[in-house]
Amino acid sequence: MPSRGSGDGMADESEEAKRQKRRRSWAIALGLVGLALLFYVLTIVKLGGNVFNRPM
Amino acid sequence: MSEVGAQLVPPAAAASGLAGIGDYVALLKPRVMALVVFTALTGMAAAPGTIHPVLAFVALLAIAVGAGASGALNMWYDADIDARMQRTAARPIPRGKIPADEALAFGIFLSLFSVMTLGLAVGWVAASLLALTIGFYLFIYTMWLKRRTPQNIVIGGAAGAFPPMIGWACVTGGVSIDSCLLFLIIFMWTPPHFWALALYRCRDYERAGVPMLPVVAGAAETRRQILIYSLILVPLALAPVATGLGGIAYGAIASVLGARFLWLAFDVWRQADADGSDCRAKRLFLFSILYLFLIFAGLLAEHAVARLW
Repeated sequence: MPSRGSGDGMADESEEAKRQKRRRSWAIALGLVGLALLFYVLTIVKLGGNVFNRPM
Repeated sequence: MSEVGAQLVPPAAAASGLAGIGDYVALLKPRVMALVVFTALTGMAAAPGTIHPVLAFVALLAIAVGAGASGALNMWYDADIDARMQRTAARPIPRGKIPADEALAFGIFLSLFSVMTLGLAVGWVAASLLALTIGFYLFIYTMWLKRRTPQNIVIGGAAGAFPPMIGWACVTGGVSIDSCLLFLIIFMWTPPHFWALALYRCRDYERAGVPMLPVVAGAAETRRQILIYSLILVPLALAPVATGLGGIAYGAIASVLGARFLWLAFDVWRQADADGSDCRAKRLFLFSILYLFLIFAGLLAEHAVARLW
């Protein structure tokens, strides 16, 4: 069986880095979805009753 | 002293690229953010007029993010100082968790985002005040005053005093004597608060080369200044009763807490060289946080009850 050298340590580190990157990507994705929702609600609130004011 | 701090971080502390979400949250100084949101909320509640709850929520979110952004920009610039101080050495940049450039980009993005959001949600007076707060904290306090003068936290304290004015402007769209009064209370509270901290962290500031008052003028002068500012602060905190902004409950809270504040400041001043003087300064520092929180909570509660009644 090959001995465990520093190469494995580097692999572990890159696994950890990958995990952190994945978490960050999820946080950014959730942040963007949250922002889209926030601006949607903000627009509805700012427009108020005018949302339905669409004369044919 | 004029180098940009972030450039002085030793290569050994180069960012590992393993920053977690918690490190980015730490970059925003969450405890400062909480106090900023709380004082802004009080400004909002105390202001005459109404605001839609969703708009109020968005405004508070933008103010919180703006405060966090200025915290990130401060940590970017002061990374060298932070690395030398025990209190701040574990921050994400000196620890090598987040690269300085990334903190700068993060801070700039959040600053622009928060100001734009506040402007679109509630108005451009509030947004301008938020932009002024971020700019003041970064350019006037962090870059200009902090490393040059013992008056750094006196003038720089204005940055921390703006949030209730921003909250007020979110509702009224302007500035008034009452909102300036809320600004002045925090402005006068900042020196005794920070100098009490600096008294028992003096060596830390000395090592970092930050000219805080105890480092430059000595502990005795700092104690004298703490007492002087406390003597101005306590009556000033009662002024809202005179203008009608605060009622009887607020007046009672501000009087009792003000008396305690004055006593602690007096205690720090009179027992300058006695054993445990650090302990007295620490007690004043901790009480000053409670003091500001409770007088603003009193004002907030009074206005919340009045609105619900």
